[in-house]
Amino acid sequence: MTLFLLRRLLQTAQVLFVMSLLVFVGVYAIGNPLDMLVDPQATAADTARVAAALGLDQPLWVQYWRFLGNALQGDLGTSFLHGTPALQLIVQRLPATLELAVSALLIAVLLGIPLGLWAGLRPDSFGGRTIMAGSILGFSLPTFWVGLMLIMVFSVHLGWLPSGGRGPTREFLGLEWSLLAPDGWRHLLLPALNLALFKLALMIRLTQSGTREALLQDYVRFARAKGLPPRRVVGVHVLKNIMIPVVTVAGLEFGTLIAFSVVTESIFAWPGIGKLLLDSIGQLDRPVVVAYLLLIVFIYTLISLVADLIYAALDPRVRLAGGQAA
Amino acid sequence: MTAAAAAFTPAAGGWRALARAYADSPLALAGLALLMVIVAAALAAPWIAPQDPYDLSQLDIMDSRLPPGSASADGSLHYLLGTDGQGRDMLSAILYGLRISVAVGFSATLLALALGMSLGLVAGYAGGRLDAFVMRAVDIQMSFPAILTAMILLALFGQGTDKIVIALVASQWAYYARTTRGAALVEGRREYIEAARLLGLSTPRILFRHLLPNCLPPLIVVAALQVAAAIALEATLSFLGLGLPVTEPSLGLLIANGFQYLYSGRYWMSVFPGVALLLAIVALNLVADRLREILNPRLQSQ
Repeated sequence: MTLFLLRRLLQTAQVLFVMSLLVFVGVYAIGNPLDMLVDPQATAADTARVAAALGLDQPLWVQYWRFLGNALQGDLGTSFLHGTPALQLIVQRLPATLELAVSALLIAVLLGIPLGLWAGLRPDSFGGRTIMAGSILGFSLPTFWVGLMLIMVFSVHLGWLPSGGRGPTREFLGLEWSLLAPDGWRHLLLPALNLALFKLALMIRLTQSGTREALLQDYVRFARAKGLPPRRVVGVHVLKNIMIPVVTVAGLEFGTLIAFSVVTESIFAWPGIGKLLLDSIGQLDRPVVVAYLLLIVFIYTLISLVADLIYAALDPRVRLAGGQAA
Repeated sequence: MTAAAAAFTPAAGGWRALARAYADSPLALAGLALLMVIVAAALAAPWIAPQDPYDLSQLDIMDSRLPPGSASADGSLHYLLGTDGQGRDMLSAILYGLRISVAVGFSATLLALALGMSLGLVAGYAGGRLDAFVMRAVDIQMSFPAILTAMILLALFGQGTDKIVIALVASQWAYYARTTRGAALVEGRREYIEAARLLGLSTPRILFRHLLPNCLPPLIVVAALQVAAAIALEATLSFLGLGLPVTEPSLGLLIANGFQYLYSGRYWMSVFPGVALLLAIVALNLVADRLREILNPRLQSQ
């Protein structure tokens, strides 16, 4: 187990290092931020002074070395535009994105499991077929397209819900929450629904296929033969056994939700880290772009590391085959 | 993917059997027909579009933001689907946009297929360190969602048709590599490969003439699904302003341009390109779904 842990940690560090190098070199290869930061009428001496102040006059590898050293201390550079640390900018926006992602995950789980269960118990009924056809649409429709339709129907046409922005928030435990503010959840509903759609389809399909498989298992047939009421058979014997893959996927997919929130935040003008990334790319604010990309890769790698460790703890076969790529 | 899929390999004259099995589903046939109409419309856009939407001399600013069905100010043209903020005929813009979306989607898929297939084939056939290296890269690639990979690359390299194709290839090659490698591992152990080797055929010839055709069925399914995914991803990236430049407006960019008008009720500028995108994706999915039903032995035995 220790060997597996070490090997897995080393692998994670490798991925992070390669990504940081790629992201850094790539981001510094586009455009020249001096063109944008310095007044075009400034003298060459002034431009050089700004470059020196920002460290942009050093060779690329020196800049990277300095960047890496700082990054290990939690300093991912200072935003060219805002003058504040890039990581601080992101951390300030993170709660908005996390609230959106958690709400979306909740919607996906709370709607997806009952719908998938229904479709799995009655696979040939009209309702079951409709749910499964709907889940195919949920998979194949681009998120931004659905967001557009939600705005058109619920904001513009019906006028029920606001079309964008976060609206009022209320402070709780030192963070701002939309869910707690009386008008805040109305702002949250459409973006969360939009972000949830893909995961909802995934949850429905997972639950449906899990249910269909579980119904054929001996323990379900025995429970039925024993005369247990259908409610108990489904609620305890079926549901308990399909929860394992469902919970695993829900956890693993959380990183995807944060990545996809870029799209939803841009459509609904939600002030999270995704919108910050798009704005920063447009304004060539490199430190923020680098910090965002590294942070999201870090979150991603961390989630998959934790998942792998849990698997390894539960299943010795994973440990034994761990070193080889399978 | 062996016994049942083998019936559909080209060597066995299986393409006809494949076509016959495909035609059993009316829904899948409708999807195929829709797909052919869309591809034909995209290819023929310059000849069937009412106007050239990017020839500024043909645009009249007096015609801007007209609802669907309006006539142009000089009465020469009917705007079936309305006009955009610059007085551009939406139908023409959609046909040209579809052309770009389809071209990007198909070329990215073909390139990713070629790259992933070659890597997977070599890895599966050679085994050993090369195999471990390629599969490690596949694992890392597949642990990130496609949109994240594409976003990182586009944030690094900027906009452009070539860049978005590169970004799409980079985010999709791993699917083909993994699928091909799986098939190559199974097929590589069969007698005909051993026979080919004993005959002294060159390795490239064994790989591409003997091994590859027998790995194709699962690849066809993955490719069909990935074309739809590539088109959707390109539209998303272009919508976000990361993808194609303004000079080459795909459907995603058209939707983004019309987005600001949505709030004032001028729905046609973003909804109609959206419908075109939706039809293309649904048609591709119907075709891919049917192919998977036919070519997947696990589903077939049920």
